[in-house]
Amino acid sequence: MTEPRPLLEVSRVTRVIDGKKILDDVSLSLNKGDLKVVIGPSGGGKSTLLQCVNFLQVPNQGDVFLDGVSAREMSRHNINLFRQKIGMIFQDFNLFDHLSARDNVAIALRKVKGQKKAKAYQRAMEELDRVGLADKADLYPSQLSGGQKQRVSLARALAMDPMVMLLDEPTSALDPELIGEVLNVIAQLSYSGMTMLMVTHQIGFARHLTKEIIFMEAGRVVETGPPELLEGGPGGGRAAEFCAKLAEVTGR
Amino acid sequence: MSTWQFYWETLIPAVNKGLGLSIALIVPSAVLGLALGLLVGAGRAMGAKKTLGRLLNLYVAIFRGTPLVVQLVMWFYGLPSLALILEGYFKPLGWPPFWRGLLLSPYAAAVLGFTLCSGAYQSEYVRGAILSIKKGQFLAARALGFSKAQAFWSVIAPVALRRALPGCGNEIIYLIKYSSLALVVTAVEITGQAKMVASLYFRHLECYLLAAVYYLALVTVATAILGYLEKKLAVPGLDPH
Repeated sequence: MTEPRPLLEVSRVTRVIDGKKILDDVSLSLNKGDLKVVIGPSGGGKSTLLQCVNFLQVPNQGDVFLDGVSAREMSRHNINLFRQKIGMIFQDFNLFDHLSARDNVAIALRKVKGQKKAKAYQRAMEELDRVGLADKADLYPSQLSGGQKQRVSLARALAMDPMVMLLDEPTSALDPELIGEVLNVIAQLSYSGMTMLMVTHQIGFARHLTKEIIFMEAGRVVETGPPELLEGGPGGGRAAEFCAKLAEVTGR
Repeated sequence: MSTWQFYWETLIPAVNKGLGLSIALIVPSAVLGLALGLLVGAGRAMGAKKTLGRLLNLYVAIFRGTPLVVQLVMWFYGLPSLALILEGYFKPLGWPPFWRGLLLSPYAAAVLGFTLCSGAYQSEYVRGAILSIKKGQFLAARALGFSKAQAFWSVIAPVALRRALPGCGNEIIYLIKYSSLALVVTAVEITGQAKMVASLYFRHLECYLLAAVYYLALVTVATAILGYLEKKLAVPGLDPH
């Protein structure tokens, strides 16, 4: 039996900024429906990796393939099409401050996909409903809690029908009691078969949902393996060490 | 001639006539200046590339760095001198008289001068407003598939405009008052009319006082319009009140 072609393949990506290697020959691949979790210390290149996946930052070397299509070979116009198919969630939400929740979700449908206002609004309401915020559609970002903002940003990304979602520490800017509502949405997405690459420090959450943890440090993938990787035991590697430290801090 | 007769029959009709020209100078200069400022400010804030970037910097440096009076005199008296030089050079060669395009009417010279000067100042308000917007807004738009231009017009510009509005309004109010400099290029607006009547009748106090009242009225109207716009465009939480 041959392996199916991965839906997303990051191939030997290197990213250099000001002479410093932020990413050093990073490769990984996701099959349809995979949720893979990237962990590791700050400054290890995790956010840069996600931004290289949709070419928000262009890698100095290497390439990214989405369903077999090379990002590098795409013209300037097509790279916008490429990005449309990859949803991105940011640590600090990055909702559009001047737009209501409904318009935040609808604007890309209208401007990028060229949909009519009524159609875009209908879809926006469906997506807001999916994240449990249909009743907040007319509120502006400043009137929403952190957890609600992140759920709107999930709805905004989902409305574009992405093939893959990239999540960059989606709960790191949230108060502890708001983390759950966002993780719930992400878990449901994963159960429904969405392919996701997620950077997070929510080790406990990650352990339950993912089959593979990717540990990054100093721009490199240091260890890759099942969640048990984090439990260490005899001969535990860097990932286990990192998790032990994290547990020390959080008391878990 | 009684004082009241002087007011009603001489001074007020003259200054009213000037008011028409003042408005005709201010409105297009304000609109064109703001449009120019938007383009220049956006270009500089978004990091226009080499040659264009340098040209924009040079434009702002020159028009913010020299007195408006000097600029106006250049447009109205300086360009004809240049036209003479060009005529001397190109007429013997049998060229069509393109240099005549450099001879501006007082009105055209004033609007050109005001627009270019105002645009330089407006561009700084716009640039500051754009730079105040967090990078993440642009990043999020790009991640959704917006092109650079789409991201600018749909996400950056609406917020930047709201943030720049108080500053741009300030510049428009300033423009209303420096439109009085039109008299140096012989465009006789409010101040020009007041000055002429004042010198004819030696009634400087009343003439300039009336001119001042007219400017105050114009500024009051402009302030009201700007205040209305600010309220109309307000978005909850966008300005840190």
